[in-house]
Amino acid sequence: MRHLLSAGEIDRDQAVLILDTAAELGAVTDRSIKKLPTLRGRTVVNLFYEDSTRTRISFEAAAKRLSADVLNFSAKGSSVSKGESLKDTALTLQAMGADAVVLRHGSSGAAHRLAHAGWIDASVINAGDGTHEHPTQALLDAFTIRRHLAPEGGDLAGLSVAIVGDILHSRVARSNVHLLTTLGARVTLVAPPTLIPVGVESWPCAVSYELDPVLDSVDAIMMLRVQSERMQAAYFPSALEYSRLYGLDAARLSRLPEHAIVLHPGPMNRGMEISADVADSSRAVMVEQVANGVNVRMAVLYLLLAGDGKDAG
Amino acid sequence: MDSARTVLDDADISRAIRRIVHEIVETAKGTESLVLLGIPTRGAYLARRIADAITGIDGVEVPCGTLDITLYRDDLRLRAVRPLEPTSIPPDGIDGRIVVLVDDVLYSGRTVRAALDALNDIGRPAAVRLAVLVDRGHRELPIRPDYVGKNLPTAVKENVAVKLREVDDLDAVELSEVGA
Repeated sequence: MRHLLSAGEIDRDQAVLILDTAAELGAVTDRSIKKLPTLRGRTVVNLFYEDSTRTRISFEAAAKRLSADVLNFSAKGSSVSKGESLKDTALTLQAMGADAVVLRHGSSGAAHRLAHAGWIDASVINAGDGTHEHPTQALLDAFTIRRHLAPEGGDLAGLSVAIVGDILHSRVARSNVHLLTTLGARVTLVAPPTLIPVGVESWPCAVSYELDPVLDSVDAIMMLRVQSERMQAAYFPSALEYSRLYGLDAARLSRLPEHAIVLHPGPMNRGMEISADVADSSRAVMVEQVANGVNVRMAVLYLLLAGDGKDAG
Repeated sequence: MDSARTVLDDADISRAIRRIVHEIVETAKGTESLVLLGIPTRGAYLARRIADAITGIDGVEVPCGTLDITLYRDDLRLRAVRPLEPTSIPPDGIDGRIVVLVDDVLYSGRTVRAALDALNDIGRPAAVRLAVLVDRGHRELPIRPDYVGKNLPTAVKENVAVKLREVDDLDAVELSEVGA
C-alpha cells in the first residue's frame, strides 16, 4: 500500500494486517514510555480543510508516538483562506519534504486527486473527503468490534452490524459498509428514506427504514449524528420525531442481545440519535473507539511509511 | 537448498540448551530475579524451552516473554515493510530483574542492538544478558553473547538456518551456500 484513500480498496488480508498491527502497537500505549523510534526523521503533514478535533489529534498522537515530525496545516488562518488552490498547497508541502499527507477535505475525491495528480511524492491518507469516505474511522470501528466480539483475532465473519442515522451525508457509513463487509460482517443501514443515498442498491448491505425490527439480531450498533451542517433542505419533520423513531434510548438498548455493543464515531448529539443514559452505559464503547483510533492510525502510518516504499502488497 | 549441511541435530540442540540453562542459573546465582525474553520467531521458542528446562531442574517457573524488535530495526527503510510479531512482557515487568535475551543466531549484532533499545523503553533491568543457539561471527557492532550453544565459523556468503519443531518439522541447524 502506498496511499490509504478508501476502505473500498482494502482487501481482507490487508484489513486484517492493519488490525493486527494496530493490536501490537496498542501495547505501546500501555507503557510508561509511549514512544517508538520507527518513523524518526519522517514528516507527516495534517492538512485539514474542515474542522476536526478528534481525527486531527488522533493522527497527531499516532505520528508522534512513532517519532515522526508533525506539521499541522488547517485551512483557517492559512493562505487557503486567501484563495490558494489544493495544487499550490500540495506543491508547498512537497517542497517542505512531507513524507505523508493526512487530508481532510469537504470535497469528495480530494484525497484521490492529491494522491494521483502527480503534485507530490508523499503517501496520502484520507481523513475524510466530503460525503465519500473516512477509512481510518472504519478501521478503528472494525478494530473495536473485533476486540469485543472476535477477540481471537482474524476477521469479523458472521457478525451483524447495524448503522443507524444520517447515511446520506456520512462518509463513516460508506467506509464502514465496505470494510465490515470485506471482513465478513453483515451490515444493515437504518434510516428514514430521505437519509439513504441514491444508488444504495449497489452497496453490499441491507437497508431498513425502521430501527425496531433490527434490534434483536445485531451484535454491534453504530449510531450516526444527523449532519445538519451538510443539509440544505428538510429531511425529516422534526428532531423530536427523528429521535423517537431512530434514536437509541434505554428501552431500545434493553432489546439488543446481551453481548451487543454501541458505537458512535462522535461528535454525539445526546438526546437526538442517542440518549444520555445509553451514551454513558457500559455497553457504549465511544471512549475505547478514541483510544483505538490512535492505534489504528499508528498502524496505517507504520505500514505506509516504515518500509522502502516499494509496494509489497 | 540441496547443498544444506546439518551442523547440529536434535540431540546436539537439546544438549546445547541444557548447557545454556545451567550456565544461566549459575551466573544468576539462582533463578529468583531472572526474566527470559525471546526474540520472535525462533528466539521466542528457544526462550520457552529454556524456561521449561529451568522448571524441570529447579521446579521454579521463570517469567518468560517475547520481545519483537521490528519497530527498532535500523534497516526498516531498506526493505519492504515487515509485519509485527507479538511482544509480551511478563506482568511483573523487567525493572530490577536480570533479563536474558534469547535469539537463534547471532550475526551482525544489529538485532541485539535493537532489542537493547526496545528494553530501554520498557524498563530498567538490573542486567541484560544474551543467550544464542548459534554464534556465526561477522559482528558489525561491539556486542558479544554470554551464553552460546555453538560457535560456528561461517563465511558471509553462507546461510545459517535454525529449524525448531515448534515451527519447522524438525530440530536442526543447517549451513548452506547462498546462491549455490
